[in-house]
This record gives sequence, structure tokens and C-alpha cells, in this order.
Amino acid sequence: MPMPDWLSRLRERDVPAQDAALWIKCPSCGEMLYRKDLAANLSVCSKCQYHFRMSAYDRINSLVDDDFVEIGNEIVPGDPLEWIDKRSYREKLDGDRAKSNLSEAVVTGFGTLDGFAVALGVMDFSFRGGTMGTVVGERIAHLLEEARERRLPCVIFTASGGARMEEGMLALMQMAKTTQAVERFTSAGNLYVSVLTDPTTGGVSASFAFQSDVIIAEARASIGFAGRRVIEQTVRQRLPDNFQTAEFLLERGQIDLVVTRAALRDTLVRILDYAIDRRRTAPLLKAVPEFAF
Amino acid sequence: MNVIVERERPLAELEERIAALRARGTQTAADRSALDDDVRMLEENYRGLLRDLFGNLGAWERVNMARHPKRPIASDYLAAFDQFDELHGDRQFRDDPALVGGFAKLRGRRVMVLAQQKGRDTRENIKRNFGMVSPEGYRKATRLMRLADRFGLPIVTFVDTSGADPGVASEEHGQAEAIASALMALTKVCVPVVASIIGEGGSGGALAIALADRVIMAENAVYSVASPEGCAAILWGDAARAPEAAERLKLTSADLLQFDIVDEVVPEPLGGAHRDAVAFIERLLDAVDLSLRDLERLPAGDLRERRFSKFRRIGRWQEAHVPRVVAVP
Repeated sequence: MPMPDWLSRLRERDVPAQDAALWIKCPSCGEMLYRKDLAANLSVCSKCQYHFRMSAYDRINSLVDDDFVEIGNEIVPGDPLEWIDKRSYREKLDGDRAKSNLSEAVVTGFGTLDGFAVALGVMDFSFRGGTMGTVVGERIAHLLEEARERRLPCVIFTASGGARMEEGMLALMQMAKTTQAVERFTSAGNLYVSVLTDPTTGGVSASFAFQSDVIIAEARASIGFAGRRVIEQTVRQRLPDNFQTAEFLLERGQIDLVVTRAALRDTLVRILDYAIDRRRTAPLLKAVPEFAF
Repeated sequence: MNVIVERERPLAELEERIAALRARGTQTAADRSALDDDVRMLEENYRGLLRDLFGNLGAWERVNMARHPKRPIASDYLAAFDQFDELHGDRQFRDDPALVGGFAKLRGRRVMVLAQQKGRDTRENIKRNFGMVSPEGYRKATRLMRLADRFGLPIVTFVDTSGADPGVASEEHGQAEAIASALMALTKVCVPVVASIIGEGGSGGALAIALADRVIMAENAVYSVASPEGCAAILWGDAARAPEAAERLKLTSADLLQFDIVDEVVPEPLGGAHRDAVAFIERLLDAVDLSLRDLERLPAGDLRERRFSKFRRIGRWQEAHVPRVVAVP
């Protein structure tokens, strides 16, 4: 019996509008996922293990022992090039602030991971595609400097489309600034771990993402220098599906580890445990005394 | 089509006419003098035309100037050094002809030179990959930076690339890591580093050899966060809007001087460096020489500190008043 017209129309609609706030479709396997379940599962599809992109604050919450002090959030973007295309840069920034609840594409601060006090930087793709402008560079450099002063290890999660066009060369120069900050931090004997999440490309991958002591990539994350589309246009051929994935980079010897999100926190704690003597780990309050919780 | 090359056509015609007139034989002194007057008039026209055509170049015109097929390229500058002994290879996989490096002497001074090398014609451009450097090239550069540091040789670099090579093999061989390591090596060296942007300075691929104590830029060179085509494709999905992107990106030498991203601009002859290449190259090398002399006067050990503060300052942001967030929102 043919399906009545109204029924087929209803079936074509993925999610009734009023339910969209509750359900989300997995872009990989098509499974309808209850948003609360998804959040409880670290934004990983319970059916196919697809890793959704994670917001910076969700990420921080998934890692720290209930204590996080944000620093550097007083550093906010200006509009050095007075950039205007369809919208002005200022309007784009306002839009992203409203949409993402972030003041910029990276959140930096201190927290503890299973008792280890660490400096933590987490990029968020939902703010200007995680692009690095002056503020991202400045906050990362500031974080590494504050961590160096306190001799704390630093963990940075990257997610970035590269340098931010709207800040022109001032954005590109942040590669130099962050490189110098990493150099000072690591040559003072501190541990720096980078965690490359989806996607990590361009100026961020060609600076602090690949300058760490241990490079971890989240499972199936897309990682590279040039964007996939740029490469496809250049070589005029379709690239294999696994090209520029975390797994591909592991095979090619570019990174230390590929870890699923579920195992990430434990992995970080194990690495911290190898590099840092647990007996000498001060609680965060002691490590960062000027911040009273 | 290069807009500058197109614009040069009437100039070429006028040049031919002047040359033809000059070559003409004359019988009498009166004829001679009349002919000289004509030549003078044409030459006056020529200078006027040159001013009209090139007196006030916009950003997109400068991009085309930077890509002009006759513009001096790295090998032209190297030829003006006292000596150059090229060193090859990254010791791991291959030698990248898009990045040339080696021991050299400039005005009697021993230096290490690193340069992005475009080709003069199609054949050479294919060999040089149009100056787009692969990871092997950046690894060679890193190796030579460290070598220079060990023997106290100042590092002199020439930037001329539309960007790092965006090929499959470059990704497989770790383009991002190779650039990140070159940046790290330039951060660590204790010798003076002088970079000259001679043509195109495209993105991280250019910066990888330009994290320098002093950045010199040829007047009509461009230096940008992405190529104008790349920027237009990224922002508007349309590479054809490159001229518009060029205007917005603030990629000219005058713009970058204002942002303290370049320290010195070397003026070019009207109509571009290729109109008097030999003199221009000497002028740029003079600037390199003077910079090295200044930097060498600084007490050893100060260089790294100064380099750090120079790049630490770059950027424009604002300070907001934010209450300290203790709990994660």
C-alpha cells in the first residue's frame, strides 16, 4: 500500500522543529542521538564513536577536578585592519560571541587533572573557526609565561582553521610569538603536551601544535597544514578518505599517539605522572596562590 | 595575466620608437639637432607615461609587481654576493630545489644564506616548484640555521614564495612540523638574522625563514597572511575576488612598516625593481649589510632577548574588564 502523502512528508523531515533542541543526528552514521546522552558521553556518538566537536568549556569540564581558574580573558580582540566585507569584522566577532558564549577562540587558565596542577589552553572551533588572531596568540603566550613562572606543565588543545584573515599579518605573526613562548617554556624544563583535535590546520599546526614534547591527536581528527580543498585543487585528484586524519599521521610518524575522547583524560594523567614527580605536585591553590577559589 | 606586464606594453612601443629614431642616420647638423629634439620629446613622454602608469600603485598592482616575470629572484641576489657555496639536502629524504642555502660571503662578511628560489622560465619553475617549499626544504633550512649558529655566522634570508607547498607528499612528510621546527630554530639561534622580502611573502611558508632580528622589504614586495587568491577562496569561496582581498589584507610594504612587521623598506625604481635590477639588488644588499653591522655591535646574548621582545609586542588587542571566573560556566 502506498504511503499517504502526509505521512511520507512527515517521515522526510528529520526532526520535528520542537524536538531539535533535544535530538541531534550523527553526521557519520545517521543515528538520532538524545542530546543529554550525547553530552554525558563526551559528545561521542554511542553507535559509531563519531567525535563531535566539543566546546572549550565542555572540554575543560571533562578534564579538570572541579577547579578551573580562567586567565587572559581580559585580552579581547580589536579591529586592527578595520576589516569589512559582507559584514565588518566587529560584527562577525559580535555574532560569534553571542553564538558561542566565548570571548575568543581559546580559553586559557589553570586547573588540576587528577591532582596534577596544570596550565590548560583549549581552542574552540565555533569562534571564527578557531582561527588564530592577535588574541589567540597573546593568550597562548601569556598562558605559557604564567605556567613557566609557576613551573607547571602545560596542556594545549588545538582546533583551528589557521590564521585569521581579518587580522592580516598581525595574525600570521602570532606564529612567531607562540613559538617563542613555547621555546622559553620548554627550555626551562617544563612539560608541554599538545592535543590536536578536529580540525588542526594552518598557522596553528605549523607553530605551537607541533612544537610540544608529546603530541596526542584525538581519534579521527583532521590534521594538516594546507586545507584539504586547497590540496585537491592543486593536485586535481580526489584524496583518500583517511588523508590528513589522526590515524594517517600516526602511520606517517608525525604524532605520538591517537586517543579516543573517552581515554583522553587518563592518557594525559599517565603522561603527567611519567614526567612529574607526584610527591612534588602542589595543589592548585598552592601552585597559583594569587587566585583564591 | 599580470596587470603590470599588460600595462608595460605602451612603454615597450615607445622604447622601440626611441631606439629606432636614435639609430637613424642624419646628413646635416640641422637634421641631427631636429632629430635630437624629437628624441628628447619622446623621452619626456616616456617619463611622463612611467609616472602615470606606476606613480601610485594599489595593493593588487603591487601583488602583480611582486609576481612580475622579470622581477629579480633569489639567484640574482646570490650572484651579487662575493661568494656562495651551496649546501644541499635535509639528510633524511631529498634536496628541495625551492629552498637554496649555503655558506656565502657578502661584502667580505661570512654568512649563511637561505633563499626561496623561484624559476625564471617554465622549465626552471617546475624544477623549483615555483618557489613553494616542501618539508625537506624547511628541514634543510633548519639544519643550516643550526650550523650557522655553531660557527657564529649571521643568517641572511630571502623570502619569495606564494606559500608552502600544498601537495599530498608535503602533508605526508609533515609540512606543519617542518615549518614549526624552522620557526623554533630561528627562535633559538644566537647569531643575527636578517630577512629580506624580495617578492611574494606568502603565509607561514614565508615566515618560516623570516623570524628575524631585522626584516627588510622591497617597496613593491608583498607579505601576507595568505595569498590574495587563498584569502578570497577562504572567506568568499571565490578566488577571482583576489584583487579585493589584496586591498583588505594590508600586505604592502607601507602598511607593514606601520604595523612594525617590517623594519625597513628599500625603494624601487619607478616601474619596479626589474627596470634597474642591478642597482636595486646592490641597494637591497647595502641595507642587509648595514643591518648586519648594527646587529653585530650588540653584546652577544642580547640578540635573542631583543628578537623575543620584537615579536612579543606584535599584535593589537583590547583589554576588557572581566570579573574573575572561578567556576566553569
